[in-house]
Amino acid sequence: MNVTIVDYNSGNISSVINSFNEVAKNKVNIKVTSDLNKIKSSDKVVLPGQGSFKSCIDALNNINGLADTLNEFATNNKKPLLGICVGLQMFADIGYEEIETKGFGWISGKVSKIDNQNGKFKLPHIGWNEIDIKKDSKIFKGIDNKSHMYFVHSYEFIPEDKNVISATTDYSSNIVCSVEKENIFGTQFHPEKSDKIGLKIIDNFINL
Amino acid sequence: MLKNRIIPCLDVKNGRVVKGINFVDLQDAGDPVEQAKIYSDGGADEICFLDITASNENRDTIYDVVEKTSKKCFVPLTVGGGVRSVDDINKLLNCGADKVSINTAAVQNSEVVVESSKKFGSQCIVVAIDAKKNADKWEIFTHGGRNNTGIDAIEFAFKMESSGAGELLVTSMDRDGTQVGYDIELMSKISSKVNIPVIASGGVGNLDHLVDGIKLGNASAVLAASIFHYGKHSVREAKEYLDSKGIPVRI
Repeated sequence: MNVTIVDYNSGNISSVINSFNEVAKNKVNIKVTSDLNKIKSSDKVVLPGQGSFKSCIDALNNINGLADTLNEFATNNKKPLLGICVGLQMFADIGYEEIETKGFGWISGKVSKIDNQNGKFKLPHIGWNEIDIKKDSKIFKGIDNKSHMYFVHSYEFIPEDKNVISATTDYSSNIVCSVEKENIFGTQFHPEKSDKIGLKIIDNFINL
Repeated sequence: MLKNRIIPCLDVKNGRVVKGINFVDLQDAGDPVEQAKIYSDGGADEICFLDITASNENRDTIYDVVEKTSKKCFVPLTVGGGVRSVDDINKLLNCGADKVSINTAAVQNSEVVVESSKKFGSQCIVVAIDAKKNADKWEIFTHGGRNNTGIDAIEFAFKMESSGAGELLVTSMDRDGTQVGYDIELMSKISSKVNIPVIASGGVGNLDHLVDGIKLGNASAVLAASIFHYGKHSVREAKEYLDSKGIPVRI
């Protein structure tokens, strides 16, 4: 099996690569590339993302044909895709970080700044927070409710259809921290930095 | 609920741990990778490496250390010490660091913070503030605490937040190494001035100091070196103690 981590200059992806390699051992072939043909022929795709919504979309669009290839992979071919952090946020129709920017629109909704209640909550939301599992997601197999995951973000994804929400976390309000819609999976937290429990999520995705 | 973080910090010189865990069963007590792994297995919420390599020819050793550690530790790894430029930050991130802490370079030229937070995202830019009390204010020191800049630490903290820092690592030079506790006044003043997380550092001698850093200093995270290194307390013990005092921690 081939799992491709999309390398589109979205910031630091070494930790994502390290964690997937750790979990995959020699059973699964982990590729790190932006090569369209390699993505097309992959069984699964991981879409990381750091920095702002706009910077990630810009970086994607800088690689000719990448957005179309990912669209085809996720919506036409319906192969498993995991978005991490801004990778998940880009599933939305629109993001409001820096400037209004269009996302993939795979899951209807918007990405806006976390309401910090006039400074009562510090932003970014950095550190370990518990997840509140809302539905039986395939990537949560063997994961206990209230497990701790590592977060770093200031913006949150607000999907229109609440049925896609697989987990939330409590920070000023119930923030969506994981979604699942058919073959599309996303985590706002960083499984690659969430210790053994995070690696388990990666393992679940690889073994889908 | 967001948990308060405990961050053990390891001083690394020429690729070797200088102050480290004094465990007899360690195969190689000077190996930063092995020590980081022990901490992360023990429940550390993050690991911090402070590179104190003095000579330029050995500076590259830290890249190798970071690369090896990030393949073994799956909690966030922060690296600081001698970070001068956007290029240095880029190299550390590429080796597997999750955050980079900038000290002297941020004071000399805040553009480094502006530029790097734009390029890599605020989430990986930590500004390290070394401050010392002088009469009724705190002043910023650079070059590992050797140079007094006269800059007001609280104003500087605010400026760093505006420049794009994602977190502030605040060390009291008066307290560092004394084991008498954090400078609570400094921590709480900075924490109330900025809206980004503050990591308290410098002066921890016992577990109550960690409690004070969070409860009185309003720090989001507490960093400590010696109480963990010399086997006085494990990270696990520290967390259980904080938990018993009503502080939310990841256990």
